[in-house]
Amino acid sequence: MKLLLAGECREGRLAEEVAELFGFAASLGVEAAMVLVGFPGDLPSFGGRLYFADACKYREYNPEVHKRLVMQAIDRERPDVVVFLHSSYGWDLAPRVAAAMKVAQISGVTGIDGEGYTVDSCNGKMRRTLKPLTSSVVLTLQPGAFSALRLQVVPEVLGIDADQASTVEFLGSRPPEAGVDLSRASVIVSAGRGVGKKEHVDLVRNLAAALGGEIGASRPVVDAGWLERSRQIGASGQSVAPELYVACGISGAIQHLAGMKGAGFIIAVNTDRDAPIVDVADILVVADLQQFLPVLTAKICAQ
Amino acid sequence: MNILVCIKQVPDMGGRFSSNAAGTWLDEAGLVFRMNDCDEYAVEEALRIKEQLEGTPEVTAISIGPVRVVETIRKALAMGCDHGVHIDDPNASERDPWQIASMIAGHALSRAYDIIFTGMQSEDRGSAQVGVLLAGRLAFSCVTGITSFGLQDGVVTAERELEGGRSGLVRLKLPALLTCQQGLNTPRYPTLPNIMKSKKKEISHLQPEDVGLDAPLTSVSGFRHHERKTSGLIMEGDAEELAGRVLKLLDSNTAVLRKGGAR
Repeated sequence: MKLLLAGECREGRLAEEVAELFGFAASLGVEAAMVLVGFPGDLPSFGGRLYFADACKYREYNPEVHKRLVMQAIDRERPDVVVFLHSSYGWDLAPRVAAAMKVAQISGVTGIDGEGYTVDSCNGKMRRTLKPLTSSVVLTLQPGAFSALRLQVVPEVLGIDADQASTVEFLGSRPPEAGVDLSRASVIVSAGRGVGKKEHVDLVRNLAAALGGEIGASRPVVDAGWLERSRQIGASGQSVAPELYVACGISGAIQHLAGMKGAGFIIAVNTDRDAPIVDVADILVVADLQQFLPVLTAKICAQ
Repeated sequence: MNILVCIKQVPDMGGRFSSNAAGTWLDEAGLVFRMNDCDEYAVEEALRIKEQLEGTPEVTAISIGPVRVVETIRKALAMGCDHGVHIDDPNASERDPWQIASMIAGHALSRAYDIIFTGMQSEDRGSAQVGVLLAGRLAFSCVTGITSFGLQDGVVTAERELEGGRSGLVRLKLPALLTCQQGLNTPRYPTLPNIMKSKKKEISHLQPEDVGLDAPLTSVSGFRHHERKTSGLIMEGDAEELAGRVLKLLDSNTAVLRKGGAR
């Protein structure tokens, strides 16, 4: 089996999770080549062929041009499996490449078993196993699902080029909204969709204050405008590793877990025992937030 | 101007799930269905363009699935979409993204749509493929995961969400397909007058063979509960007693109570 890994860059650097692509290849015990639109001063370390185009020329994102570049590497390498990360880069580019190859794509792969590739389903409550019916397949890997492999080897670099015509023009990227830096907080108490309404966010805020910590949020709470975006924790927000993380009414979508699973001690307060947050929690308190949070806050203040 | 919004009906994620007898998808008995969350943003964005252009664009909402999905099409009509298209496919949950895209493309090819909105991904499958595949089949310009959208003189500017709170700014020409990320806008609730009006709006019903259904590219070989690997403690009971136990565990496992907070 021949693998072609599709690397990616973010903000002028090789993305950290590219090491997980090498980890995936190693877990299959096969050699892999990589295709990358990247920066000459920041090449991946692995012992294989690197099909390389300069991001100074082709930009970090241009799906039509990058598709041509990836297809060129595919034409030369003839892989059985093309592997992207399930990231804003990968989920955008992978279906374009799969369609151009006329092969199956399997998104968000978390593992491999005898029956096929496993993917999470229904907000992480269920797991599906999928098999491609085509001879080749395009995969996107769920970040965090495979262990990172960092080697100290220099790849064999092969240049690739493509026409730069495109109907999509990339005008540049915008930095995150300025706000509180949660990465330094030792205690974070976060509100999720389960808080139900804006007024109940105060229950979470009060507990955070009693513990001398910061309030955080999962995506739906920020999207609803109940808390500012700079407090969002997860893949599209901040990554945190406090000593204590209290998840209030957070189901634990994989994108949220990616931003907080490094916390020292995790308490989840949730009425749903099947919620994926249970996977990472040291304690699951099965309780109604409105009843439980004020009692816990009062007890901590009375200490 | 013609706008198409692709919507999916999904089970409410708070439900208790189990697999069907064939082990390929959910046992649907007892589940509550609603519109996929990203798709509500897609509907809202289409309606905002209609308002911006003083009502001239016609907005069509399309959904694939068994008869129950008509209720979700009705919701889109009650929000303000003009027409509904139902592709009546009782086996939609067995279709892969390539097949779903083939059916929508079959409808869209002859309709001269200028803009197509889809959700970035569905809550139950999350493949994030259908929109991009559809755009490819129609030769539309495509951007995924947008968090802002503007249309001026036939040119779209959009922001797409990247990692770590960053976003990328892009410009593209029509015809275009955009997949909508959560938080793009604030989806409206259908008002009572609009619900009444929507009852007169027409929904056309098509069969998969009317629009063309491609062969699948993937097959499902398993569907089961995600085994929880927690070694964590599960606690239930009275709030007072639970709080006492949590306090003890905080004291024995962390130093946070000794550091002192706002007390």
